[in-house]
Amino acid sequence: MIWNQSKECLSPEHMREYQSKMLYKMVDYVYHNVPFYRNKLQEMDLTPNDIHSIDDIVKLPFTIKQDMRDNYPFGLQAAPSSEIIRIHASSGTTGNPTIVGYTRKDVGIWSECMSRCLTAYGVNRNDIFSVAYGYGLFTGGLGVHYGVENLGAAVLPASTGGTEKHVRLIRDLGVTGIACTPSYALHLAETMENMGIRKDQLKLRIGAFGAEPWTDAMRDEIEERLGLNAFNLYGLSEIMGPCVSYECECQQGSHINWDHYFPEIVDPVTLEPVPYGQPGELVFTTLTKEGMPLLRYRTRDLCTLYNEPCSCGRTSPRMGRLLGRSDDMLIIRGINVFPSQVESVILTMPECAPHYQLIVDRVNNIDTLTVQVEVRQDYFAQGFDTFEPIFNLEKQLTNRLKSVLSIRAKVEVKQPGTLPRSEGKNKFVIDKRILK
Amino acid sequence: MTVNQISIFIENKSGTLVKVLKFLKDEGIQLIASTIADTAEYGIFRIICSEPERAYQSLKAAGVAVSLCEVFAIQLDDIPGRAADAIELFASEGISIAYLYSFLLNGNGVLIFRTDNADKAREVIEKNNLKVIPEKDLSLLL
Repeated sequence: MIWNQSKECLSPEHMREYQSKMLYKMVDYVYHNVPFYRNKLQEMDLTPNDIHSIDDIVKLPFTIKQDMRDNYPFGLQAAPSSEIIRIHASSGTTGNPTIVGYTRKDVGIWSECMSRCLTAYGVNRNDIFSVAYGYGLFTGGLGVHYGVENLGAAVLPASTGGTEKHVRLIRDLGVTGIACTPSYALHLAETMENMGIRKDQLKLRIGAFGAEPWTDAMRDEIEERLGLNAFNLYGLSEIMGPCVSYECECQQGSHINWDHYFPEIVDPVTLEPVPYGQPGELVFTTLTKEGMPLLRYRTRDLCTLYNEPCSCGRTSPRMGRLLGRSDDMLIIRGINVFPSQVESVILTMPECAPHYQLIVDRVNNIDTLTVQVEVRQDYFAQGFDTFEPIFNLEKQLTNRLKSVLSIRAKVEVKQPGTLPRSEGKNKFVIDKRILK
Repeated sequence: MTVNQISIFIENKSGTLVKVLKFLKDEGIQLIASTIADTAEYGIFRIICSEPERAYQSLKAAGVAVSLCEVFAIQLDDIPGRAADAIELFASEGISIAYLYSFLLNGNGVLIFRTDNADKAREVIEKNNLKVIPEKDLSLLL
């Protein structure tokens, strides 16, 4: 089902016309209401009249997270405070929190976009939909909540925590849909299993998962253990919150609500635009936002955009899976390498535990990449007694990494329990080139 | 006809072996014979010990990459050339020895080995009346 046929399936020509008009209005709006942007545009010798079509977006300055911190708390806000009806704040673990104010129209568009996502997943008015994202300063809980209400399904504002009670409610109320992080979904499955509740006692049929990267292997596991169809939900609080993009039934990437959030892909180093079909950093420009509009916001998320027509009938471009964060990108022998690419290969090897470490070094002026993986303890229990399985593992991993990364990596198999566990992402990478 | 051997995967770097040995010490497991196979990066530590089943379970519970394997233990008379004679019997049947190590038991040599074809190796042992050491005899050593 499609929530808003006229927008989601608008012909690309008409959409372009609409976006061109909205981009001009947006630049004009921030030029006159946000000193930060007026200064930037003036420095670049630009005025709103330089925007003739959506193609002129490449002339505009980028916005980065630091700009929000520097203008904390309300420096980037365009609407007068009397118009702001909601304020969200990011965690701010590495500096000032990011503050985002929303006008009534913003909250309305957010709900509209969220309803599009839910409808694409198959949610309808008869569903009971549990929102197990955190409610509060984080945009996840309230963002999905308003979308469910707007659509007309019944929302169960479960939030996070109290998992056993939540499982009981899912069973007793016949909850049919759920939104949460993929890792919380697995936690929920585990809790359910520990309580002795089987998935066939539940009526769950749809799951919307996002707010953290996940893989197809996780999707399979969640679907299997909870007995539902799992869909991707992407968003970021700087732009709006969950609702920016969503998977349809075809699950060939996530459709972007591009009448509101215009996407670009740029090379994270040169910042030059990258064409459809090639990976790079995802950049968004809000086309309709009033509270805190942003021009060319660099998400740091790496992915590929696709614009081939989708058989669901929607005309919007789709985002591929997130490949990682541009902050994590390594350049090895001139090739861009993302730790997430390595991770995706390791996750396909049943012999490996999901723990790894990358060591980048420079030997005789040549960059080297070593991938350390931990072998699963139970792998050896199956009659292992020679080096052969280890060598096979090394060889298979080396070949698969070569085809994914396009560079050769040395693979080292480690004993179980010897590599650092996942706490901070950066611990997985040791770049000795910088330390020297 | 076979005895239990513990095989442990370790990295070939300082400290990994002593860690395993200390663990066995704390568990009160005694070594009877052992050998290490190594490559530049990895090692496999193979052990004949007291209570192999308990040793295996406790190593496994401690998260060690370990396996319990059945290997042959054959006693040879204390005469030069007996090892050559014994291995010749397997070779002539086309059986390969995967690895082999030895120790002394009451003045006689004992060969511990694994072949690429356990069933065929059993036949050879039976046909030639090779003296197999039962596992309980190994424990009597302690």
